[in-house]
Amino acid sequence: MTFISILYGLLFWAATLILVIGVGRRVHLYWKVPAPLKIVTTPAPVTRSGVVWRMFKEVVFFTSLFRASKYTWVFAILFHMALWLVLLRHTRYFMDMNSFLVFMQPFGRYAGFAMLLGLTGLLGRRMLVDRVRYISAPSDFLMLLLLLSIGVSGMMMSFGVHTDIVQVKAFFHGLMTFDWQPLPGDPLLLLHLLLVAVLMIIFPISKLLHAPGVFFSPTRNQVDNPREKRHVAPWARELEREHKLYADDTPTAPVSR
Amino acid sequence: MADYDIPELNGAGYIKVPALERDTMKGKGPFMAKPEFQEALHFPDDFEPVEGGGYTLVPDWKEKALAKLDDLRHRYRSLQLYLDICVKCGACTDKCHYFIGTRDAKNMPVARQDLLRKVYRRYFTFAGKHFPRLVGAVDLTEEVVNDWYNYYHQCSQCRRCSVYCPYGIDTAEISMAAREILDTIGRGTKYNNEIIGKVFKIGNNLGLPAMALADTLEGLEEDVEDDTGIKVRFPLDEEGAEVLLITPSADFFAEPHVDGLIGYAKVFHEAGISWTLSSHASEAANFGMFIGSYENMRRIALRIREAAIRLKVRRIVFGECGHAWRVAYSFLNTLAGPFDFLDPKYPVPQHILEITWGLIQEGRLVLDKSQNDDKVLTFHDSCNVARATRMGDRPGGQFEIPRQVIRAVCNHFVDMPADTIHDATYCCGGGGGLLTDDLMELRVKGAQPRMEALKYVTEQQGVTHMAAICAICKSQFTKVIPYYGFTMDQIVSVHQLVSNAIVLKREVSVQARPDADDADDDSDDA
Ligand code: HEM
Ligand code: HEM
Ligand code: SF4
Ligand code: SF4
Repeated sequence: MTFISILYGLLFWAATLILVIGVGRRVHLYWKVPAPLKIVTTPAPVTRSGVVWRMFKEVVFFTSLFRASKYTWVFAILFHMALWLVLLRHTRYFMDMNSFLVFMQPFGRYAGFAMLLGLTGLLGRRMLVDRVRYISAPSDFLMLLLLLSIGVSGMMMSFGVHTDIVQVKAFFHGLMTFDWQPLPGDPLLLLHLLLVAVLMIIFPISKLLHAPGVFFSPTRNQVDNPREKRHVAPWARELEREHKLYADDTPTAPVSR
Repeated sequence: MADYDIPELNGAGYIKVPALERDTMKGKGPFMAKPEFQEALHFPDDFEPVEGGGYTLVPDWKEKALAKLDDLRHRYRSLQLYLDICVKCGACTDKCHYFIGTRDAKNMPVARQDLLRKVYRRYFTFAGKHFPRLVGAVDLTEEVVNDWYNYYHQCSQCRRCSVYCPYGIDTAEISMAAREILDTIGRGTKYNNEIIGKVFKIGNNLGLPAMALADTLEGLEEDVEDDTGIKVRFPLDEEGAEVLLITPSADFFAEPHVDGLIGYAKVFHEAGISWTLSSHASEAANFGMFIGSYENMRRIALRIREAAIRLKVRRIVFGECGHAWRVAYSFLNTLAGPFDFLDPKYPVPQHILEITWGLIQEGRLVLDKSQNDDKVLTFHDSCNVARATRMGDRPGGQFEIPRQVIRAVCNHFVDMPADTIHDATYCCGGGGGLLTDDLMELRVKGAQPRMEALKYVTEQQGVTHMAAICAICKSQFTKVIPYYGFTMDQIVSVHQLVSNAIVLKREVSVQARPDADDADDDSDDA
């Protein structure tokens, strides 16, 4: 076992814990905090299944973004769809190959180009459009640069300096089964993995929370049925139960019947 | 006419996105509420006037503001989530009418959110606590509070930005939270908070007492009788009526609002539906929403419940108003429900347009469209009706029903360009608690996108009038369109058009006047 293998082993253990616990806690918060009012952006579906369809279109096709800005949409779709393909291909480092994964391999490989193109477009927009530049903090640029670097280092391995992917798989498999195996020492691989670990660690404390967050957005996930179904948050019900007008008030005489 | 430039209209029917400018609208914001206005709304009043105008903040304002922000983010998922997940994609940046009209960078929706987000990050997130420069987090200072006060009162909570945001981030939710935080540290607006106080004391935004209201309604009965020869009733506090009508108080006297009220009365009259207004709940608009205060909004809404119970009505119907319809349609059941004591056959509440359209479909109104032949109409979708409510039972009914009613009573109707109507509609520029003279410059500039669209259909398709279904839209437009070369009387209520076209066939109202024993005087020909 090399020192580097141990270091990376620990790093990925830590990064995974941070990612899972961090996102888990955030999602728990979004789950717990109520939406006290019906604030869905209309026209909106009037049934639950309609909402599922609306959310599906939003998450897969970015429908609202499409209405807003066509070229942001093109770059965003390129980046995100390619990202999914790349990640799908990456599952080969963590699980046994099946025919679907074998079929996916070439798509994942070339998707890397689409991903880089999308990211470059998004970065260009962020630098060139005065409005987008104004709203960007350094972290917004760094996020794109981080993803670009991950992509470029990965592509360099894929299309140039290959690494021993059988050994990479053994290393990650070992991490999961507590049976530690050495990691190849190629600089590009180490860089790729270091940046990936950084991405995992910042995920729960950054805007990357948009990925789980979009599903909780009340303007998109509520059913348009306020007249048919009464919608009351627990803290608002408390006001009613105690016959209070203000939370820090002394109870008044019953206001309803 | 004014000491600022009125935006030029290009007449091409599309909106040109302006280049960014800094601080064109930096300023003190609207007039501040004095302590007694704040106290009436249960907000802290321990702040004082300072020399040269304005007020101090409350003691320990910083801790109190942060505590309020923390409280709100645990009560409103929208706030917590939207502060976290914005990716700064920029999709919303060119969607706000105030940005388009003023070019001020801080009027871009995401920049407006950032005024609060930066502080949230500084005090409540790991990155902002440890690396503020990296993520653009800032300390809460008095300067930041001044920016909040100024720029969160340059948002009409119209939700246009939320339509285009890939996550539906609604800047209105952030504005509302910010205004509630401001209210807890002594920075309320005079306009909104004085008005809410009047509702608590008297029952409506204008502070129009029951006697004056009764007089006004009697005057309207006489006007309509002079005009048509028929006694159309405008009942007030009449127990046992079928419908309780809740309408914005501007309908009682402002032009063209009052012509709309006459239209509702004629519709009820013809349909033989007994109805009444209430002096206890003589206001549809609920300014509690504008200041983001659930409790004050609920307190106002409960008056409607109380009135409905006291008057033993079976249905609640709302008159033409935008933000009011949002609180009515989306929130009333939540705030003041359940309405199990009303007739379960009808949704609670209903919009007057749902009633009128239903009657038209059933053929129960006789309409003479030619009465509106002097006009070519277009229709302004009010932002809160379009993006926060529905009419009828199908999504999008809020666009179709008003247009169907207009088409049923007018021969000439055209729509404005597609990216300025339906859920892409532009706010009139005066919504969300900004309809005050101390914000005139903002109101004029914020109307630019709508004026652009109106100019286009005026020049291309000969439009002469624009119909609206919101009290704020009507007041705002009649005030600002002269700045753009139009005239006040080009703005009409939808039910004003109905009123013009409706042929009164019913000789006697189903509702006798309470004092109906006095002799009929001769009615003049109209
Ligand atoms: C449910 C899954 C996801 C959805 C629906 C989603 C959707 C979006 C949308 C609509 C945008 C705005 C358009 C743009 O600027 O590209 C965006 C931006 C972004 N997304 Fe995602 N995303 C998802 C998952 C992810 C994941 C897993 C990552 C990263 C590992 C990611 C990284 C980013 C980044 C960095 C941006 C900002 C791009 C910029 O700076 O312009 N997203 N996402
Ligand atoms: C623990 C997680 C990861 C491991 C072990 C890993 C490992 C690798 C390896 C070994 C390659 C080279 C493949 C070859 O030579 O054929 C590669 C390529 C690549 N990686 Fe990763 N990677 C990880 C996470 C990521 C993430 C999160 C991203 C994107 C944000 C990414 C983006 C890419 C890209 C775009 C390529 C090139 C295209 C391809 O071969 O699929 N990787 N990665
Ligand atoms: S809600 Fe309307 S006024 Fe407010 S920022 Fe969004 S678009 Fe502008
Ligand atoms: S559109 Fe939504 S995610 Fe994009 S910058 Fe605006 S608020 Fe943020």
